[in-house]
This record gives sequence, structure tokens and C-alpha cells, in this order.
Amino acid sequence: MRIGIDVGGTNTDAVLMDGHNVLGSVKTPTTANVTDGITDALGTLLRDSELKVDSVDGVMIGTTHFTNAVVERRHLTRTACIRLGLPATACLPPMVDWPKDLSEAVGGVMFMAHGGHEFDGREISPFDPGEVRDIAVQIRDEGIDVVAISSVFSPVNASFEEDTAAIVRDVIPDATITLSSSIGRIGLLERENAAIMNGCLRQLAHQTINGFRSALQEMKITAPFYISQNDGTLMAADFAAAYPVLTFASGPTNSMRGAAFLSGLRDAIVVDVGGTTTDIGVLRQGFPRVAALAVEIGGVRTNFRMPDTISIGLGGGSLIQGEPLQVGPRSVGYELTSRAQVFGGEELTATDVVVAAGHEDIGDASRVSGLDSGLVAKVEDRIEDMVNIAVDRMKTSAAEVPVIVVGGGSILVRRKVVGASEMVRPDHFPVANAIGAAIAQVGGECDQIFSLAEMTRDDALARARAEATSRATAAGADPESVEIVEVEEVPLAYLPGNATRIMVKAVGDLQEGE
Amino acid sequence: MSASVGLGDTAALALGAGILGTGGGGNTYIGRLKLDRQLRLSGAPCPVMNVEQLDDDTLVVGVGMTGAPTVGIEKIEAGDEVARAVQALAAHLGRDFDALVINEIGGSNALEPLMSALQLGLPVLDGDGMGRAFPELQMDTFSIGGIPASPLALGDCHGNIAIFERLSSPLQAEEWARNLTIEMGGSAALVMSLMSGAEVKANLVRGTLSLALDLGRALMQAREDKVASPAQVIADLGNGRVLFEGKIVDVERRTVQGFARGRMSLQAFDNPDDRMEIVFQNENLVAWRDGDVECCVPDLITIVTLEDGTPLGTEMLRYGLRVAVIGMPAVRELKTPAALEVVGPAAFGYEDVRYTPLPGDLLPAAP
Repeated sequence: MRIGIDVGGTNTDAVLMDGHNVLGSVKTPTTANVTDGITDALGTLLRDSELKVDSVDGVMIGTTHFTNAVVERRHLTRTACIRLGLPATACLPPMVDWPKDLSEAVGGVMFMAHGGHEFDGREISPFDPGEVRDIAVQIRDEGIDVVAISSVFSPVNASFEEDTAAIVRDVIPDATITLSSSIGRIGLLERENAAIMNGCLRQLAHQTINGFRSALQEMKITAPFYISQNDGTLMAADFAAAYPVLTFASGPTNSMRGAAFLSGLRDAIVVDVGGTTTDIGVLRQGFPRVAALAVEIGGVRTNFRMPDTISIGLGGGSLIQGEPLQVGPRSVGYELTSRAQVFGGEELTATDVVVAAGHEDIGDASRVSGLDSGLVAKVEDRIEDMVNIAVDRMKTSAAEVPVIVVGGGSILVRRKVVGASEMVRPDHFPVANAIGAAIAQVGGECDQIFSLAEMTRDDALARARAEATSRATAAGADPESVEIVEVEEVPLAYLPGNATRIMVKAVGDLQEGE
Repeated sequence: MSASVGLGDTAALALGAGILGTGGGGNTYIGRLKLDRQLRLSGAPCPVMNVEQLDDDTLVVGVGMTGAPTVGIEKIEAGDEVARAVQALAAHLGRDFDALVINEIGGSNALEPLMSALQLGLPVLDGDGMGRAFPELQMDTFSIGGIPASPLALGDCHGNIAIFERLSSPLQAEEWARNLTIEMGGSAALVMSLMSGAEVKANLVRGTLSLALDLGRALMQAREDKVASPAQVIADLGNGRVLFEGKIVDVERRTVQGFARGRMSLQAFDNPDDRMEIVFQNENLVAWRDGDVECCVPDLITIVTLEDGTPLGTEMLRYGLRVAVIGMPAVRELKTPAALEVVGPAAFGYEDVRYTPLPGDLLPAAP
């Protein structure tokens, strides 16, 4: 059996799954220290299902904690960056395009040194151990022990990043080091940005993952636990502690994967209504459609593959104003159960309107029975419009498609969306997120440039597939189950010798019973 | 236009250059960061000169980067490659230059010459040799107008500089420059098309730097105003029209002689049988709608995101993207019989496609 947990900004949800069956689910408020919220959720879940903890094979946790830390510029550790590539790249030093408040919060020091590789694996400049050692000493003297290391074309050859790490470790024995080659693809600035963000989140990740671990220990759960990443696959907890940046955008991915699982639909539009926002995305063959353009996190450009979603300011806690009519984007968020009128509060929220209309029985309905019925009707019309427009923006054809509605706030979406072939609100819709975490697989990626003058295309593809497969296995996949789910080839313009960039993604089921 | 480009203009310039890049021309994000940094270092905007202000006996040269855009996003330049190659060529000639010329206004090569001009203390001319982007060296109005490819200088990040004293033809230049570019790591500074003031007046496509700025500004304003079709705003300004709106349903890529060639299919939103096919070689070349040629080189085919008009490079194209296809007429300098031999559909291997120009020109005739 598996337990899936989603630690959101507002709620911590947990589900218990046996194979494809959802045996139980629970929604509890997220707590400031994260651990208590998980303990509460697990306690309720285990009690309700009368489950013995030793029958749990794995716990899968999805969290927005690290994304929020960057967005809110909180809990970030001072991080140094060393880039190898001189004399190339000198005109754009690390963090060149970061928002000022974030680079100040990271408080980093940036260095550039000789090294780096050409696209075909030749060295740009020889690696200079003395130069790197001098830099490491300066970092140590600054009192910094978190270091991100990048090198030009390190996805093709990571040896200079590894050599640099060895020297840094020699000078700063307790250094926490992130290599750009281990987290990103081609695109120096974006990959380096991810490495620096990863560095400044490492300490928070260490604490948070330990918090998760102690919550599980408190519940006497000894099964291994995993963290979900942006592409909907899992990483082992220790790996996540080293690579927190890979959790970015895992939330929307999990809710869409959960929606696909619960509805049995592979191609559909998913409307995930939370407390403050509604995220809309597209499922294609059971996986979220990926955004084509670069994605910014907290104002920093990255090249992670993120689900292509749009977010609108509509949720269960959205504040309602009468004149002129306004629904959201301001929201009472996690304070819904104290500030909404049906819960005895003063604020008129979208949830109050749904209760006043008689659609749902939440809290104390009598507290909103006097609400002007004209206003109720207008708010319902406005919500319908907001959802219709957003869904239409995400549609890729005029053909009707199924619309799956999930999330705690999905009671707001009651009417058929224009252009929907059917409206599906599956069982367990409020906890689709946690279910998406529970059903996740593990994956690995390869993104390299191959010269097809030196090998055949088949050899290059085979090499890329083998690399992706071995990365998936290293991340915990059962080797028997690993499949290649994505192959993309981009021939590089202007270069003879048939230089081709090949990206391969492999995914497999989690190895059980470790 | 205002006689300079400053920090407040680079966002618009990058966007406009992306539109004129017609799918190629390189990543303008990095180009803009480099130019911004140089503007801050210089503490002054980059001077822009109208070509008519040049005396006939002055000396100018075209500059830019050549190579694979994918290399450019990873092995970022040292930053002074172009300036050093220009200085080396000046030393070789024993004569200083009076202004720099933008070889290619489409893509990142619109921004690079401004950065180099600031480093060298020279103005850039308001114009270029294409009014768009093209994949090969001989595909510009300078070469078409008979300006020799040599002397030509190539430079890398180490300060290595090669000067080709004599090249027998533009095609020879293309071949040798490309091979040396590979040796230099797949991306190099290119300085070519040495011209007197009189020669550049005879061959420059005037006003394209201003056009790129205007296109970018108009698109930014359209986004701010949340206009329904940003693509229409672009098309109007470029004297063109929106050819198609739909989603990409197929993209196929292959390498032919070092170029990224490919084909994509688009499907209209309201009618799945209404389709557009577009072929590209770095840049978009020919668009067919339901079997008929709708637009082809040298006219411009630019694909933008439907929502906010962001121009898409051919490397960014993928299944499911919702896009608008914009067709804009080429500048008139590319439509002469001599030019069409070099930049018409047949020059890209489409002998069966007859060039039927879109009405009008990208830019109005000079007064």
C-alpha cells in the first residue's frame, strides 16, 4: 500500500492507496513547521482506515514548500557560484538577470574561472586547479559553505565541474555543493540559475526532509519515502534533500496526474480549484502538456520542463465585492474556516455564495440565508465566465473535450463549461494532488549533443536511451519496468558533422521492498 | 528615429528583432542581456546614424555573430569578439572605420553590433543587409549588390582572429567561414562587407533598426492594452497580414548539410480540414494553405504565440502550440531579379515554388 501526501500552502492532504483503489483520504490545515500537519493527516488517515503501519510500502510527498521559499525570498542560504568557461561567457556573469531582491536574499559571491568545453567535447581552456583553489579559499574566507558549480557544455562533459567540486571540498570540508550538470540541460544561464537556487535551498531542504522523516517515524512508518518532482516522477528522499529545486511545479503536475488517474481519462482539460487560485492545464495521453517557453520561478529564468498551465484568481476563499462586482483575486486563503461567513466570519467568499445558492451544505448555511439572490446569481455567472474563458485559452482545437474538475474549491464549478464534451468530477476530487503523488513513477533524463559524423544516429540514440535509463534506475526505478517515454532530436543549425541535440526521458515503476 | 538606443529601448529591440528573425537569427534574450550590460558599462546610449549623413569616402563594415544559435545559449561570448575582429581588420587595412553596419536585423544579430559599436566608440547605421534573417553569408543586399566578401575577419573568444585576404566568391566565403567557425567552437564573430560611404548608401536596406524598435514597442503596447490579436498589430505595422491562426499538429526536423531543416503542419481552430504547411531551414521559408503557396521567401513568415505575440524560433516549435502565422512583404531590395536568384524559393531548393510577392513592401519607399 502507498500513502500519498500533498503539503500545500493551505492544506496538507493525505491518501491511502492499495494498487488502484483509494482506501481513504484526509485534508488538514498545513502547519508552520510542516511536520505537525503531516502527523495530523497521517494520524487521521491511519485511524480511519484501521491500517497497520507495516503494510505501507512507500510514502510519496508532493510539496510547494521550496517554490514558495524562492517566491517569498525566505529561508534562503548564502550561496557562492563558480563558473568554468573563461575566456568565453565573461560578458554575462552568474546571476546577471536575477531580480535584485532575490540576489540580495541569496547574498551570493560569483566567480568565473578558466575551463569549459566546446559543443563537441574539446576544452575551451585547460582546467587550472590553482585558480579554482584560490577561489575556494575566498569563498571559505567569506564564510560561505554552499557552492554551485557550472561549466560550459557540462551536459556534454561534466569533468571540470567534478574536478572543481573536489578542490572546493578539500578547502571547505563541509561544503554543500551543487553541480549544474546534475540538474539541468543545455542553456548555461538557465542551468546555472537552477544550480544556484538549488544551493540556496539545500539547508531548508535538509530541515524539511528531516521534518517529513520525523513525522513518519512518529507514526512508526518505516517504509521508504519519496518526493515528487516537476515532471510527475519521484525522487528518493535523500536525493530530494540534495536537489530541492527539482520539486518546482510538482503541484500542478500531481493534481493533473491525479485527475487523469481518478477519471480514467487520458486526454482532457483539468480545472484544479484551490483556496485562492484555479490552475488549468491540458492532459495528453495521461501526462500534462509541457510549456514551450522558458519558465520563470520567482523572477528567475529556468529551463525546467513545466506543465503548461494558466492560473486565475478564483478559489473557495475568493473575496466577493458587490459594486462593482468582483470575484477574487484577493482571497482569505487558509483562513477560510475562520473568516468566511458560513464559518462565523465577516468576509463574503465564493464558498458562502455556493452555500447561499443551496448547492452545498458547508458550515452554518443560516448565516448566509439573507444574501441577496440577485448578487448570488451574478456571482455564479461571473464564476462561469471566468472558467469558460480560461478553459478556452488552453484548448488546442474547437473540438469538444472532457473537462475534469478537481481540488478542494471545485464545488464552485457547477455548470457545464462551454466546449466541454462532458464534465467529470471524480470521486476523491478534493485530494487529486495527493493521489497524483501516490501514483507517481520514477524517471531519468539525458540531454546531450552528439556528433553524428562520428557515430550513427542509432548509436547516438542508443547511448542517450542507456544514459536516461541508468539515471532512472539510479533514482530508484525497477530496471525491469523502465520505458522510454520521450525522445526529442534537434539538429543544430549551421554545424556540419550532423551535430544533434538528443533529449530522452525514461520512466519506470518504483522499485519496491528495499 | 531617435539618434540612439539606450537601456529603455532594448526590450523592444529584442522583441522586434525576434519578429524579423522569421524563426531564425538566434536567441535575442542573451543578446539583450549582453547589450544591457554594455550600455550600463558605457553609461551612454549607442549612437545611431542615418546613412545619408555619411560622406561617400568614409569606410564602414558589417558585423555580427555566425554559427549555431544552440551553441550561443551555452557558450556565451567573452563579449569583445566582434570588436577585436573589427580592430584587427582596421589594423590590417591601415585605416579606421567610421561606422558599423548591422548585417542581419533578424534575431540576436540585431543587438550584437550595438554592443560592439559601444565598445569601439562608433555609431551604427539605421538599416541592415536583409530586412529579416537568412541562413547564409551571401544572402544579403551587400553581396547581391556586388560588394566582395573579402576581406573577411573571423574571431573567437580567445582573441584568435583570421583575416581572409581574398575569397573568390560569396559561396567560397560561406564554406570557409563555416568550417573555421566549427573550429572556433561553433560560434564566431564575423566581420565582412567592407564598404565606402557611397557603396553602403547604394546597398543598405534603410530604416530596419527603427522598424525593429517600432515593432517591439507596438507589441509591448498591445500586450499592455490586452488587445485581442497581438499578431494583427504586428502584421499591420509590417504591411502584411495574419495568414493563419491555429495549433501546431506536427513538427518534423532533420539535418541537411548542417542546416536544421524541417516541416510543420498547423490546423485551424474552427475547421480541422483547414491546414497550413510551413517548411523551414533555420528560418521559415514557404507556407502552403490547403496545397496553395500562401507566402514564401524572401517575404517574411513569422510565427507568434496566439496569446501574447511572442515570436517563436523554429527550435521552440512543438506539437500543441497555439500560434498565429504572420506574412509580411520583403523589403523591395530583395525582390529584384538578381536578389531573387539568391534569396528566392529556388535558392533554398524549392524550384517548383513560384515567388508571388505579398502586396506592398515591408517599409515605405524613402522620400
